[in-house]
Amino acid sequence: MTSSAIAVSGLRKAYGDKVVLDGIDFEVAAGSIFSMLGPNGAGKTTTVNILTTLLTADAGTVRVAGHDVAKATKQVRASIGVTGQFAAVDDLLSGRENLQLMADLKRVGSGDQVVKSLLERFDLEESADKMAVTYSGGMRRKLDLAMTLVGAPKIIFLDEPTTGLDPRSRRTMWGIVRDLVAEGTTIFLTTQYLEEADQLADRIVVLNQGRLVAQGTADELKRQIPGTHVRLRFADPQELGAAARILPAGTPDEEELVLRVPSDGQSRSLRALLDRLDEHALNAQEFSVHSPDLDDVFLALTGDTADVVAQRTDKEAIAR
Amino acid sequence: MSTATAPLADSAIMLRRNMKHTLRNPTTVFNAVLFPIVIMLMFVKVFGGAFSVGVDYIDYATPGLLVMAVSYGLGATATAVNDDMTKGIINRFKTMDVSRGSVLTGHVVVTTVRCLAAEAALIGVAFLMGFDPKAGAVDWLGAIGLLVLLSFGAGWLTVAMGLAAKSVETAGLGTVPLIMLPFLSSAFVPADSMGAGVRQFAEYQPFTPIIETLRGLLAGNVSGGDAVVAVAWCVGFAVVGYVWAVSTFKKRA
Repeated sequence: MTSSAIAVSGLRKAYGDKVVLDGIDFEVAAGSIFSMLGPNGAGKTTTVNILTTLLTADAGTVRVAGHDVAKATKQVRASIGVTGQFAAVDDLLSGRENLQLMADLKRVGSGDQVVKSLLERFDLEESADKMAVTYSGGMRRKLDLAMTLVGAPKIIFLDEPTTGLDPRSRRTMWGIVRDLVAEGTTIFLTTQYLEEADQLADRIVVLNQGRLVAQGTADELKRQIPGTHVRLRFADPQELGAAARILPAGTPDEEELVLRVPSDGQSRSLRALLDRLDEHALNAQEFSVHSPDLDDVFLALTGDTADVVAQRTDKEAIAR
Repeated sequence: MSTATAPLADSAIMLRRNMKHTLRNPTTVFNAVLFPIVIMLMFVKVFGGAFSVGVDYIDYATPGLLVMAVSYGLGATATAVNDDMTKGIINRFKTMDVSRGSVLTGHVVVTTVRCLAAEAALIGVAFLMGFDPKAGAVDWLGAIGLLVLLSFGAGWLTVAMGLAAKSVETAGLGTVPLIMLPFLSSAFVPADSMGAGVRQFAEYQPFTPIIETLRGLLAGNVSGGDAVVAVAWCVGFAVVGYVWAVSTFKKRA
């Protein structure tokens, strides 16, 4: 057996004419956090549903915990835990009873102990005996994740676990996810929040319109788009023109009166740049150093495709 | 844990869950018990005097009311099943190594238990109103057995409807025909006294043989022919409901 907790190759899924997943391949190393990023409707949840045996794929092979999801469904189910996009807790049961239900169904030997320690860990002791219907959004998410952890599954799927949570609850969730990985659990995380992937993931794939448009570490992805640069904004086109002549590496933007100059962002090179402007008595009204973040990557990767499609449609329209 | 007993154990766990739901939602039970009693009071005390059915009206109407109590109790099941489906908890169970039918079995068994509670209350009120059955111990056992079988069969059919419904509202609406059917049967007046068309419908619809069998059992003179048809209908409900429910359950992710 390899060290891959999840191995997917040539995965395809279509609903009628609508292709949701158009042949995707990836592997998730055991004990790592793998994040799937993508805009709404990219096919993230469909991927999770196939990997967690809720849906069957049209084509391709999917192995989870070394078992084929199509053939060894039972074994796959026994090794995974899933927290879906909508909190799947039983509203009419208390937090404790929800956890106990999971412990019973998974035939966990010392169920009481497991339930007690999970309530402690997720800071739910105070409300443990209240019905889940009275819980806040953050508490429901925590309970949902606690339910997923009963029986210590080796691989955990989190489908947009922090969507709709306030920043504090989100950070609490991140802490929990990090602890899980420290214990050796493998995490498959889907998210729309780039910060979340940047903070947590060892490896990221970007899914757009059913295809993987990029994969790598957060740093590798950031390197794929234009690097750190200095933005200089000038008062009028004459100054912009003059600046563009003395700084030939820069790219002027006539409309915004902005000059983008590639830079390594270090203080010495910045001082040299500013000195050069001074020598020619040029004054930039605004000055900022911009390093690419995952947002840039995301917009560049997922936006381009949309633009290309839009352009193509325009051309088709003109051709007619 | 052996693989053979796992589905049973899973079903028991799910049944415990459904029992807690029922106890925590007392309006469901109250509703299921109260409505048939109100109908009973209305028919026996208000309309009953005007009907001529050959025997005391309470003795004539009780079997039909018992069947009606079953069908009335089903609405709550349809909405509960649909609620489970739309809230995502079923998806959680599906991604776990839990036997497929156990969630549904839990609902069916709890429906049967709730129906029996309503039956017990209704029979109690009937006795207070002068119900005088001629049934022996075996007849009573037969009557209770038939009611259990009907609750179970109709329970499966309702679970299937609840699964198939797009929303909680349509799920509740789906069981309305089941509540209406007893009115168009021999529950309150003999089918012979109805107009053409309605009479034929009343004679051949499933509730009439079930009610007639129950009436026969409670009066101590059951007709074997009716009993066979009644049992066949109940088993038919159960089989169709089960097959429909399980296939819908597998399809809906």
